[in-house]
Amino acid sequence: MRIKAMVTRIIKQFVHDKRTIALLIVAPILVLTLLSLVFNGKEYTPILALVDVPMPISTELEESEAEVSNQSLSEAEEMLEEKQLDAFVTFENNTPTITLEGSDPTANRATLQVIQNVISKQQQNENVAMEIDYLHGSEDMTSFDNFGPVFIGFFAFFFVFLIAGVSFLRERTTGTLERLLASPIRRWEIVVGYVVGFGFFTALQTIILAWYAIYILDMMMVGNFLYVLLISLMTAFVALTLGTLLSTFANNELQMIQFIPIVIVPQFFFSGVFNLETISDWVSWVGPYTPLYYAADALQDIMIRGYGWQEIAIDFYILLGFSLVFMLLNTLALKKHRRL
Amino acid sequence: MTKDILSISKVEKSYAGKEVLGSISFALEKPEIFGLLGPSGAGKTTLVKIISGIEEATNGETRVLGTNMPNLQQMKKIGYMAQSDALYSELTAKENIMFFSALYGLKKSEIKRRIQEIIAMVDLEQDMNKKVADFSGGMKRRLSLAIALIHEPKILILDEPTVGIDPVLRRKIWGNFQELKASGTTIIVTTHVMDEAEKCDRLGMIRDGEMIAIGSPDHLKSETQTESIEDAFLYYGGVLHAN
Ligand SMILES: Nc1ncnc2c1ncn2[C@@H]1O[C@H](COP(=O)(O)OP(=O)(O)OP(=O)(O)O)[C@@H](O)[C@H]1O
Ligand SMILES: [Mg+2]
Repeated sequence: MRIKAMVTRIIKQFVHDKRTIALLIVAPILVLTLLSLVFNGKEYTPILALVDVPMPISTELEESEAEVSNQSLSEAEEMLEEKQLDAFVTFENNTPTITLEGSDPTANRATLQVIQNVISKQQQNENVAMEIDYLHGSEDMTSFDNFGPVFIGFFAFFFVFLIAGVSFLRERTTGTLERLLASPIRRWEIVVGYVVGFGFFTALQTIILAWYAIYILDMMMVGNFLYVLLISLMTAFVALTLGTLLSTFANNELQMIQFIPIVIVPQFFFSGVFNLETISDWVSWVGPYTPLYYAADALQDIMIRGYGWQEIAIDFYILLGFSLVFMLLNTLALKKHRRL
Repeated sequence: MTKDILSISKVEKSYAGKEVLGSISFALEKPEIFGLLGPSGAGKTTLVKIISGIEEATNGETRVLGTNMPNLQQMKKIGYMAQSDALYSELTAKENIMFFSALYGLKKSEIKRRIQEIIAMVDLEQDMNKKVADFSGGMKRRLSLAIALIHEPKILILDEPTVGIDPVLRRKIWGNFQELKASGTTIIVTTHVMDEAEKCDRLGMIRDGEMIAIGSPDHLKSETQTESIEDAFLYYGGVLHAN
């Protein structure tokens, strides 16, 4: 009898919470879809530039699956720098030299494969003599080195989002928010208070996470550690402000957790762990609308490519913009509880 | 009009189109203890939230010390104790008090002096460094009361302040209310306890969002020719009529 009463009660609770039911069904579908998009995605198409490559090989390459153009050396170098190319090919003393962009192991592999096929067919020789240079990275670079910076950004984001969101939610469910609003505090003061209060712990988390990844896990790192901290901290601020904002739309801790598959996981897919060029076009446009995309881009620039402030400044300002917008929206959302 | 401590005229409140308060008007002209009495769901909490500035009336005017509410400046002069304790349970009692004092802009020296006074009043001297999570229900109630008093408000709004507090302490706390009133504080208190209602200078009886009667306990009793506030309350509620 008691068991039956329990079961009835739980079913009733679910019926009253349609969101949870929807999530139960929608979330796995969403995640599965993303996975299938990634793994059934297109083959990676290398983009090559040829610099004075002799006749038979250049035609062969043009007929391969790679996207090929003819460029001067200086143009090719510039395009590689701009990430418009995966590699360019030059010839010196009849030996092909391949210069790879190098920061994405998947692209490296696909590029080398295409070129190797063509040249070995020409030279009727399995052991092709060719020279390989890397603009960034090296042949020792593993996928982890490539994904690592993204993971740093992701985890800085994930936990801060959850913890800040749940704390802000508690403020509402325990009545302390109402008590705060009975005092002369202003709404934006509450929001800023949260950002600064959590800021200390986020900073600590960020420092430990970045330090651990780079010095303990030995993640590839050629840039400035302080820039890594700056970008991870900014990422955590976005998470903090987004978490507190979204907690307005949750009624309990469970509903806060429901945001993970909806808000967090998709961002992860578009943040550069999977090469966006292999994700179907009809979803790859989502990336630039997600904060993690910029965090990952900046962190990869710093850690793999060794870039400095000039290259990451735009990412930094976009992340800052996201935080400020979320803070503003949160201040407005609090209007629901008190107009002033 | 403007010199009234509190004046409420034709205040109405609806939530999502459902009327909770319908045209309530009354005024408090001088410091007094004003009790709000009414069945559960009558709208007492809603009314005191409107007075304290958390909620805003859908229609009508609420003026506190001559200024329309909600108003952040006036909120500094109000002490509010919510019906359910809103305390940070991970913090100690002292940390809670310090936090709320800071919200009202009290200085360090003021806080020090006030803490001594208010914790003596609510009998929590021994428990200041205990975590609120380890407090009993009555202790939390007393701490909430202390926090409402910390900034020496002109108007004290207490939503069922003595629930879970034992009779001895309750008597003591009501003694303090009388002292506060004597020193010029106006107290608005909601209650379900009849002997507390007897101690109010005036009572407002609310039912279904309407103020059905207002006056001193003696006045209400004589008007209804009843012996106790409880009977007067039932009379206004229509129960005696039905019998
Ligand atoms: N935020 C809200 N949204 C919708 N309805 C509300 C809201 N707050 C209160 N109500 C409704 O307003 C009515 C009055 O509630 P209120 O809390 O003021 O009653 P009360 O007199 O304080 O009762 P009690 O003695 O049980 O504390 C109730 O019907 C309640 O459901
Ligand atoms: Mg109430």
